[in-house]
Amino acid sequence: MSANQRKKRLNKKESYKYMTRLGWDPTYQKEEDVFPYLEMEGIKIHDWEDWEDPFRMTMDSYWKLQAEKDKKLYSIIDAFAQNNGQKNISDGRYVNALKLFITGITPLEYKVVQGFSHAARAFKGEGASIACQMQAIDELRHFQTQVHTMSHYNKYFDGFHDYSTAHDRVWYLSVPKSFGDDASTAGPFEYLTAISFSFEFVLTSLLFVPFMSGAAYNGDMATVTFGFSAQSDEARHMTLGLSAIKFMLEQDAGNVPIVQKWMDKWLWRGYRLLGLVSMMMDYMLPNSPTSWGESVELYIEQNCMALYKDLEKYGIKVPQEFIDTIVAEKGHLSHQVWNIFYNHTNASAFHTWMPDETKMNWLSEKYPDTFDKYYRPMFERYIELEKKGERFYSEVLPLVCQTCQIPLGFTDIEGGHPEVYTHETSEYKGQKFHTCSKGCKHIFEEQPEKYIQAWLPPHQIFQGNCGGATIPEVLKWYKLEDGVDNMDYVGSPDETMWNKLKNK
Amino acid sequence: MAIQSIGEYPNIMKDSLDKFHGNQLVYIYWYGHRVVCSPRAFPFPPDMLFGALISDIIPLTYKIEPDFADLDFDKTEVIWEIDGKVVNPDFSKSLKENGVGHKSFITFTTPSLTGRVGA
Repeated sequence: MSANQRKKRLNKKESYKYMTRLGWDPTYQKEEDVFPYLEMEGIKIHDWEDWEDPFRMTMDSYWKLQAEKDKKLYSIIDAFAQNNGQKNISDGRYVNALKLFITGITPLEYKVVQGFSHAARAFKGEGASIACQMQAIDELRHFQTQVHTMSHYNKYFDGFHDYSTAHDRVWYLSVPKSFGDDASTAGPFEYLTAISFSFEFVLTSLLFVPFMSGAAYNGDMATVTFGFSAQSDEARHMTLGLSAIKFMLEQDAGNVPIVQKWMDKWLWRGYRLLGLVSMMMDYMLPNSPTSWGESVELYIEQNCMALYKDLEKYGIKVPQEFIDTIVAEKGHLSHQVWNIFYNHTNASAFHTWMPDETKMNWLSEKYPDTFDKYYRPMFERYIELEKKGERFYSEVLPLVCQTCQIPLGFTDIEGGHPEVYTHETSEYKGQKFHTCSKGCKHIFEEQPEKYIQAWLPPHQIFQGNCGGATIPEVLKWYKLEDGVDNMDYVGSPDETMWNKLKNK
Repeated sequence: MAIQSIGEYPNIMKDSLDKFHGNQLVYIYWYGHRVVCSPRAFPFPPDMLFGALISDIIPLTYKIEPDFADLDFDKTEVIWEIDGKVVNPDFSKSLKENGVGHKSFITFTTPSLTGRVGA
């Protein structure tokens, strides 16, 4: 027997055990001092060992797998750059969907790195802790690959130059920012419900599937490649989300009503956030594979309802009131959100435009009950004004919702008044707070202490905290160039660049 | 579900009246009109005359609405609401004297002009 005989390799189970020894039982410190967030939210966990990370992935296999994916991703990005891939997209307008993504979603990915790192530290169980840590690293990678994928467009088009400043300052980006801030300042269990379950499991399909298939339909192979690379991570995150929620529900019957409240809250907050995606799908993609309305039918009316049905055995109920509103709004949402952005393109980090006749006809076909009746006449009038050189930009600021921070631009479809904006008011400590919907009012009133702190852009401008009182002054503070990064697509430097690329 | 916190939770009233340099927040909505994409927000001095809404603010805000050409405050029937209560404002008096407070929501409804959107 040789003295240098190799040690037997560890099997997977042993390897996982040794590679994931993050949990410990404190001996010279009190457990509540080491894990101060464990009991804060009222969730009772009797046995952390009951939650095993369903993937049991260890660092060595993680590095290997992700390195292979990254190698493929970066070689395709290189090929895209060398072959002037930007010329092969369907139209210069498409790039504005990417601007919305890099300013709105990419920084949110980074916020999620922080959130999962915090949850990983806050949980006592090893399985939960490792799963959160792995997801934090995934999200960091998503942030990086998105930045690298989209940086190619930065060479040719405006609006990509300072996405993180934009995320922190530009008015409509307070919508995703407040979503991330709200989640990551909650306790670790609510955080997990918000991101792992509601966002990753219920809503991520509404974001990533349309976005990536939209990229494919419009010739953006760089973004498609990022989507493929992230997709296997997303599948893992979804599984983790469901296992996390089941773990909480199974540990103690007292957890059920708490988790139910969080599920309701984050379904509604996530839905409102995805209003941005609705306009991306229906208006910003020159070629749209699916309409927002069709996506709601598939992902909310079918998939989401099936998921809630699975959880019925724990006592979880469908938040029927919210679902009814989502379904009622499906024929109106994207048109209303696009109208908000058309009104305020003078203060945006991307361009808007009115749909051409082909696109209008597509919208009529996809929305036979609503588009021609409520929106086409308005849009045709905008086009008339544009022809006269009077393109409409709002000179005054919107009232935004205290909870979701979107302008109060949603109308009362369920009440039979699609022409009237919905508006709710709450009182707290002698002051009024305005919200856009029953859902947002409910969320505000559950935790007014939190939402009175909301950083609402119009109010911050009025308080003098955003560079000045005029739009050019605020744009300067946004680090946007007036007349370049904002205003209509028609007449923009982006349009000029696109025409040059296509030798028009 | 009150707020959960491991320590004392701070009370930060971000938009209290004292932060607006003598102005107060006022919101205006022309009921049923949606070319202007949402109710609008303004910082107004409480001593501003209510009539200034008619002479300056509503034209600036709502001139894009097709109904605006037919809106004549001397002739058109207008129902005013402040914070959900129907009122008869005195245009020669201030916002404050008319009961408009910080973050008040003013709605004006014109039964003969219900919100055309087309040409």
